[in-house]
Amino acid sequence: MQYIPNIIFAILLAFAGIFFAKNVKKLIRNIKLGKDLNRSDRKSERWKNMTMLALGQSKMTKRPIAGLLHIVVYVGFIIINIEVLEIILDGLLGTHRIFSPLGKMYNFLIGTFEILAFMVLFSVIVFWIRRQILKIPRFWNKEMKSWAKNDALYILYFEMVLMSLFLLMNAADYNLQQLNAEHYTHAGSFPVSQYLAPMLSGLSQGSLILIERSAWWLHIIGIFIFLNYLYYSKHLHILLAFPNTYYANLEAKGKFTNDKNVTTEVKMMLDPNADPYAMPEEPAEGEVPEKFGASDIFDLNWTNILNAYTCTECGRCTSVCPANITGKELSPRAIMMKTRDRVEEVGKNIDTNGSFKDDQKQLLNDYITPEELWACTSCNACVEECPINISPLDIIMQMRQYLVMEQSAAPQELNMMMTNIENNGAPWQYNQMDRLNWKDE
Amino acid sequence: MNVPTMAEMMAQGKQPEVLFWVGCAGSFDDRAKKITKAFVKILNNANVSFAVLGTEESCSGDPAKRAGNEFLFQMQAMTNIEILNAYEVKKIVTACPHCFNTIKNEYPELGGKYQVMHHTQFLKSLLDEGKITVSGGSYKGKKITFHDPCYLGRANSVYEAPRELLKKLEVELVEMKRCKTNGLCCGAGGAQMFKDAEKGDKEINVERTEEALELKPKIIATGCPFCNTMMTDGVKAKNSEENTEVLDIAEMIANASDL
Repeated sequence: MQYIPNIIFAILLAFAGIFFAKNVKKLIRNIKLGKDLNRSDRKSERWKNMTMLALGQSKMTKRPIAGLLHIVVYVGFIIINIEVLEIILDGLLGTHRIFSPLGKMYNFLIGTFEILAFMVLFSVIVFWIRRQILKIPRFWNKEMKSWAKNDALYILYFEMVLMSLFLLMNAADYNLQQLNAEHYTHAGSFPVSQYLAPMLSGLSQGSLILIERSAWWLHIIGIFIFLNYLYYSKHLHILLAFPNTYYANLEAKGKFTNDKNVTTEVKMMLDPNADPYAMPEEPAEGEVPEKFGASDIFDLNWTNILNAYTCTECGRCTSVCPANITGKELSPRAIMMKTRDRVEEVGKNIDTNGSFKDDQKQLLNDYITPEELWACTSCNACVEECPINISPLDIIMQMRQYLVMEQSAAPQELNMMMTNIENNGAPWQYNQMDRLNWKDE
Repeated sequence: MNVPTMAEMMAQGKQPEVLFWVGCAGSFDDRAKKITKAFVKILNNANVSFAVLGTEESCSGDPAKRAGNEFLFQMQAMTNIEILNAYEVKKIVTACPHCFNTIKNEYPELGGKYQVMHHTQFLKSLLDEGKITVSGGSYKGKKITFHDPCYLGRANSVYEAPRELLKKLEVELVEMKRCKTNGLCCGAGGAQMFKDAEKGDKEINVERTEEALELKPKIIATGCPFCNTMMTDGVKAKNSEENTEVLDIAEMIANASDL
């Protein structure tokens, strides 16, 4: 009988682990729905990028208040995980505070966890106030409705509850230690929860144990749930920020990709030896002819999809987007959110049908409208602003390419501009022969 | 004004040190032509060995690419590269950040490998080499703000060259809140120059100009012909032409030296 808690714990742990692994597998499959792109070069720069941006959070403090509070939560999250290791071992082995033989070191660790937990709790409350009371505009853009809004709040509530349970557990433990209760070895220092302890001091030993055990179980079950909530949430960034910064674009921001297929075609056209009457090569059996640009997530590359899953919807990009600031439909954050929504839809389609079954939908029009795409000035403000180097611009440009090259659906004025370039080598209707007239004017 | 073309130079068996890529705006737009001329005056005055392509120059392809027409872009790029390579061009300077960005970053893969400089970088190098001197002249002590062109700043991380030139002009340089990496676009990039804006509640150039005018500058300095147009229109829209002028840094340097 005495092993029942251990067995229950082991089952819960296994379930959490298996479910999480399943979601990770799905995540990787979905990211690979995008086209191949080689980002395995320049390894040292990539490691540096990841160390600076994801691990070091160097771009977060560009907005000092949010940045510093975020670092507190992040450091707290990582360090408090050492405590989770102890909790898991205790859970499996039926021990209590298995690391306590570390003595002074243990006291120092628990003390640190407590202070961090308190700071995390404080930061998360400030985050909540910023969202709900101060109503900072970037949290209230039009895409931040229903799930997007609730998701953000659930995460904050989750963290508040987890930290409170941790402190409550220690407060009860502290009281039990004072009472010299069995099992409750004198260990740990409680710089925060000692102030909560007096609230529990009148309770019987039994009640204290009940509180301590409940808090312990709820805390760890909460962590298991949170772990598996990630896949469905914007909070996935806590994991994906690392690969995302590692695989981020390292070129100058102004450099847009040159389409290799177009290069081949243009070279042929400009080659004086090319046979003008040659028939284009027949595509091999079953081969889909290459499409220009992107109308659905399959046409994007895998880093675009990784970007979409990594986005935590902080809205820094949208808050600096010149189009969005001036009231246009475009919001770079919404581009990322819609891309993720479509990827998820395709993923579910594959889950149900085994492979993707045409659903008469695509990213273009059903999610992202041409109006949004045409409002972009390609100024790179969103790319610069993203703390973890997500590029909404890359998706926008690929979709514009599809609109123009596959559908000839550019705004009329742009068609005129392009006709001018084709005919007279300038976006305006001037004769190329007049190019040097300025010299004598 | 002495503006030799590559063809003329070649006929004389000469190779200029640098090709001045004028760009479409610099060639055809009335306002931008003034920038072109100011820059040429400085080059002439410093006895820089340069040439232009003249009628052999064609659009760099930037607006086509940003509008989504990759095919037209690459046609333009490869035709230009053929000409540039035929003249064995090694170094290019341009007063247009869009041409600068495209030729610098997107041409190499297509066979066009050159050292490409924005005119503010080039002027800075002339200054460092002692080929030109810059002093304040009529700009001394005037309050001036610099609008970062996106394709110079964020796209290529050039923030200091224009500012160092402004410092040499002894102006009182005041920065807008959104400057350098945080600079706000003028609204012309990504081929927006050639179309009306989408439905919204404000024009981007007005938003940007308002920010600049808050500082009450005598001059809004830029380094891009499109930014120049957008900011000039913005200043007009705010009825502030009498107090604030929009100038390219090359124009300021030429004016300060009475060229």
